[in-house]
Amino acid sequence: MTVYTFDGTLDGLMTAVFDAFERHEQPEKLLTKGEALPLFCDNVHEVITNEEKAKRVWVGLEKRLTCQALRIISVSWLSELPEVVNPLFNYVCKTFRQPQGATSIALNYADPDVLAVTRIGWKVSHEQLRMKQFIRFQKAKDGTYLAVIGPDHNVLPLVIGHFRDRFNDQSWLIYDAKRHYGFYYEGLGMPMQITFENEASVPFNLYDGKLKPDLLSSDDQLFQDLWRTYFKAICIKERLNPRKQIKEIPLRYWKYLTENKKK
Amino acid sequence: MLTENTIERLRILTESAKYDVSCSSSGTVRRGKPGFVGNTVGGVGICHSFSDDGRCISLLKVMLTNSCMYDCAYCVNRRSNDIPRATLSVSELVEITMEFYRRNYIEGLFLSSGVVRSPDYTMERLVAIVRELRTTQRFYGYIHLKSIPGASQELLSQAGLYADRMSVNIEIPKESSLKLLAPEKDHQSVFQPMKLIQQGVLENKEDRRRFHHAPRFVPAGQSTQMIVGATKETDRDILTMSSMLYTQPTMRRVYYSGYISVNTYDARLPVLKQPPLVRENRLYQADWLLRFYQYKVEEIVDEQHPDLDLEIDPKLSWALRHPEFFPVDVNTADYETLLRVPGLGVKSAVTIVNSRRFGRLTSFDLKRIGVVMKKAKYFITCHELSSPLPGSIRSVNELQPERVRQLLVSPQERKLAEKEKQLTLDLEP
Repeated sequence: MTVYTFDGTLDGLMTAVFDAFERHEQPEKLLTKGEALPLFCDNVHEVITNEEKAKRVWVGLEKRLTCQALRIISVSWLSELPEVVNPLFNYVCKTFRQPQGATSIALNYADPDVLAVTRIGWKVSHEQLRMKQFIRFQKAKDGTYLAVIGPDHNVLPLVIGHFRDRFNDQSWLIYDAKRHYGFYYEGLGMPMQITFENEASVPFNLYDGKLKPDLLSSDDQLFQDLWRTYFKAICIKERLNPRKQIKEIPLRYWKYLTENKKK
Repeated sequence: MLTENTIERLRILTESAKYDVSCSSSGTVRRGKPGFVGNTVGGVGICHSFSDDGRCISLLKVMLTNSCMYDCAYCVNRRSNDIPRATLSVSELVEITMEFYRRNYIEGLFLSSGVVRSPDYTMERLVAIVRELRTTQRFYGYIHLKSIPGASQELLSQAGLYADRMSVNIEIPKESSLKLLAPEKDHQSVFQPMKLIQQGVLENKEDRRRFHHAPRFVPAGQSTQMIVGATKETDRDILTMSSMLYTQPTMRRVYYSGYISVNTYDARLPVLKQPPLVRENRLYQADWLLRFYQYKVEEIVDEQHPDLDLEIDPKLSWALRHPEFFPVDVNTADYETLLRVPGLGVKSAVTIVNSRRFGRLTSFDLKRIGVVMKKAKYFITCHELSSPLPGSIRSVNELQPERVRQLLVSPQERKLAEKEKQLTLDLEP
């Protein structure tokens, strides 16, 4: 059994594809460094990440796949799931092993690798939509709008463009408390990626994203109250359907929502 | 300036507006622009929250005022109802909308109003608000504006320049019933503004072909709503009306609203303990068949079956009435035929058409792709000698439609349908 190990980055994975073709073999498994090797493996190759090789693989993919398929690949990588590694590796290898001019396999959902990668890609796309839906800003005294999120997948880079387009004249900060980084937008230019050196001293609660009351802008409480009033009033009591509600807003998002009842 | 009192008025006006079911923020793509606030994303829009009744909250759905000079029996805001009345000022409404939008609570505003003094007077105030939002506040988000029946053409064409979507509600599909419940209204007063809006949109299309920068007029088209269960109309009446409306080029959505007994004292209305939710759901399913599955209304409901089956969905119901259409071979059937198979949706039909170019699909592949095999297995064939799925598969023709029906209706669905039939029985005098 041939096994490759790589460093767990996308560049590493692409280099592994390069190596597989250079060595004229197709490894059965691609493992992240530190993972336990399978019982019977006679051939272990350690992939050394090389940006140049990775770039060449990516350029080759661009020639063979449509934009949508490339997007699915990069989006599925943002899932940060360990189970995406092998299907993605196989998918990319299969794409290159296809004869020149054949229809790209990106739409062949009967192929287990393509299906797995696409499924994971859909999952991540779904969660980035949820961020667009459920991010709630609070206005701070200095006029900055703050939102804290904790998504399952690393979707923040996917939604930044949307928020920049939408709120292009206000400064905002969206912070991923789970991955300890965020994007800050000043009101013009491009959003900047930021991290806090001392995360313990940030002026907001990392668990539920609430800004400290003394930093909240003077009218923010009023608008939060208005929103809660609206949220309560819009419900038709004769049609109560909490199951549907929880299906649409899974419990893990509730703690960040302004309309959370426990408040 | 907003005060405590504003909260109370917002509550009153929201409770008055909530029976209008439309909430979507779909239909327009408008990218943000420096100096303007917001954008619209198109597609199916964005739902920002879901209230306790499971309905989506996408827009700030509120009335300008809930006092009304009309006395429509089905409406909570009718003149003769003793409910708290309130009005929001233009500046209040604009401020609330902008601040909600900036906090990502909403996609935009859905504004309607009770009719005060005259339709024109009311419409003018609605237009004033959307004008203020678009010009002074430079709001680029979504605006859905209810047009007031009877308002003048000038006001409608002004409103259309600011709104993304406009709507006039039909409420009751038959004019005779409408006359009974709302003596001051008739179908003419509903169809007239619809026609004017459509005319505006089509003219605008022509203009935009010539002048690229001509402002867009109601880019997201129109929608309307019908109340279900307040009068004796059958599903056939309702769906015939919808399909007629969908032939108009600007009609995007027809909403169905299960009647909620808001005015229990009115003898013209049935007393329902619960809104007819199952029927409403079946109507939406039929609506989807009309819009995305290429069904004709006569195929869904006809003279023998004027009402939709409450226990099974309309697509399955059609399939069981037409067993001769099945089994469908998933590896050769065209897309339109695949759409008719119960358990296959638009998404899985597209996936099948794409994937089968690479090789034969087996029932195992179908299951992995996401086809609801529980339903579909009676209606398809993959020409396999044996199936990896448990239980031998027999087609609808071998089993007989009645038997398939029994197999597919869950006890829970049956119970719900039973309960609702009970409700309709109570309604007969």
